[in-house]
Amino acid sequence: MSEEAKQKILDYVKGQKKTKHYFNDLCKAVPELKMMQAKKVVNELVNEGKLKYWSSGSTTMYMLPGEGDVEKEEKGMN
Amino acid sequence: MALKHKTPMLDELEKGPWPSFVTDMKRMAARKATCEDWLGLMEMSYEDKEGHWKHGGIVGVFGYGGGVIGRYCDRPELFPNVAHFHTIRVNQPASKFYSTEILRKLCDMWEEKGSGVTNMHGSTGDIILLGTTTDQLEPVFYDLTHEFGMDLGGSGSNLRTPACCVGKARCEWSCIDTQDITYDLTQEYQDALHRPMFPYKFKFKTSGCPCDCVAAIARADCSIIGTWRDKIRIDQEAVRAYAGGELVPHGGAGGSEKRAVDVQAEIVDLCPTRCMEWDGKTLKIWDEDCVRCMHCIRVMPRALRPGTDTGATILVGAKAPILEGAQLSSVVIPFMKMEAPYEEFKEFVEKMWDWWMENGKNRERLGELIQRLGLQEFLKNCELTPDPRMVNTPRYNPYIFYDPAEVPGGWEHDIAAYRSRHQA
Repeated sequence: MSEEAKQKILDYVKGQKKTKHYFNDLCKAVPELKMMQAKKVVNELVNEGKLKYWSSGSTTMYMLPGEGDVEKEEKGMN
Repeated sequence: MALKHKTPMLDELEKGPWPSFVTDMKRMAARKATCEDWLGLMEMSYEDKEGHWKHGGIVGVFGYGGGVIGRYCDRPELFPNVAHFHTIRVNQPASKFYSTEILRKLCDMWEEKGSGVTNMHGSTGDIILLGTTTDQLEPVFYDLTHEFGMDLGGSGSNLRTPACCVGKARCEWSCIDTQDITYDLTQEYQDALHRPMFPYKFKFKTSGCPCDCVAAIARADCSIIGTWRDKIRIDQEAVRAYAGGELVPHGGAGGSEKRAVDVQAEIVDLCPTRCMEWDGKTLKIWDEDCVRCMHCIRVMPRALRPGTDTGATILVGAKAPILEGAQLSSVVIPFMKMEAPYEEFKEFVEKMWDWWMENGKNRERLGELIQRLGLQEFLKNCELTPDPRMVNTPRYNPYIFYDPAEVPGGWEHDIAAYRSRHQA
């Protein structure tokens, strides 16, 4: 279940044009899960390095690692 | 020491009677190039009347989704020492008590690994370490957690670092152990603090009494405010001593001179619910009408004290945004005992979070969701019974919306039976 849910979330993110996603948006990929369950799945994806946090300081979003490159960010290219 | 950048506009901020952060920053600039460029960048922002910081990013420490706020300068060629200038939020101890030893260690570490400039404390309550580079984030985190016994605080869509007033540690009015509550919630909700899951930020703030020294009612999504449900304790001798000018009113806050308190004019007439009476010898209080404004207790602290059957009022839904007006929180649980391990409170919190997570839009605070869907929905989902004490203002809309489930028979009508009775 967890692996299937993880894949659904990754497929959803990869299928979007925008690069940053709210947690609520990720949950759309797994409507069968309660938010708390979805959170565990998303956390696992972050721990495995398949998703990354992006934070403005007030809000947190998620993105694919390839799209969030620290070096590029530091040079103002992200 | 001559600074690299001219700062005529910032220099104006050194004039006047108050200590100036510009003076402090210039002192720091003598040994930290970061501060020199920081001053130059600020001067440019003052000249241009626009900011030159870029906010946000993917930087952080491993396993944490908060506590680090990425910040970059948009003119790195002019100010290379502040090209990266990340902020670190550190979870402050409850009530912000420190030993001088830990403060020295923290400052020494930050001089070595960061700009050396701190903000004690940010408006959320955390220690703010201002300005470091990406490569220093993990070393700073290591020192905080391994050397100092500290941790990062909350940022982003996390539970923010719970904050509280000084509580029973130094305040005789505190009705609850604010520090224990804050520590307990911080430990219990570590996951929510470090791994974002909410639609937006969520803040707990705990005040020991209705004076609400942490302004929980004005800015916390969930305010825990100490109160009592028995009677205000009265020492009639001390009331007469205040009236006779034998004691200093306001605990000396308005001056250390003794003076006679006009109990009628200064206390009884100012009571918002007129629940007091003074005949020149005895002060009577009708406690059932008291709304815990604390005015009488503040003026005569030797004579009046909160009751002894203490607990907390739980309120939800405050926010203090910059662009729109502040929204105060609303009472949802008029009284809860708030005794460790706070199971009753935590059960409520989890129901509240479930509802907010399922229904909240992106960047929608709990208070905004309650405004959008209604307090009735919130109460229903948190399994709370409506209570007159939750009403701030009597409504002026004469229409009452009933839930069909609460109306016997619901909205269904037998049309044929109705027509048979009304044939014309």
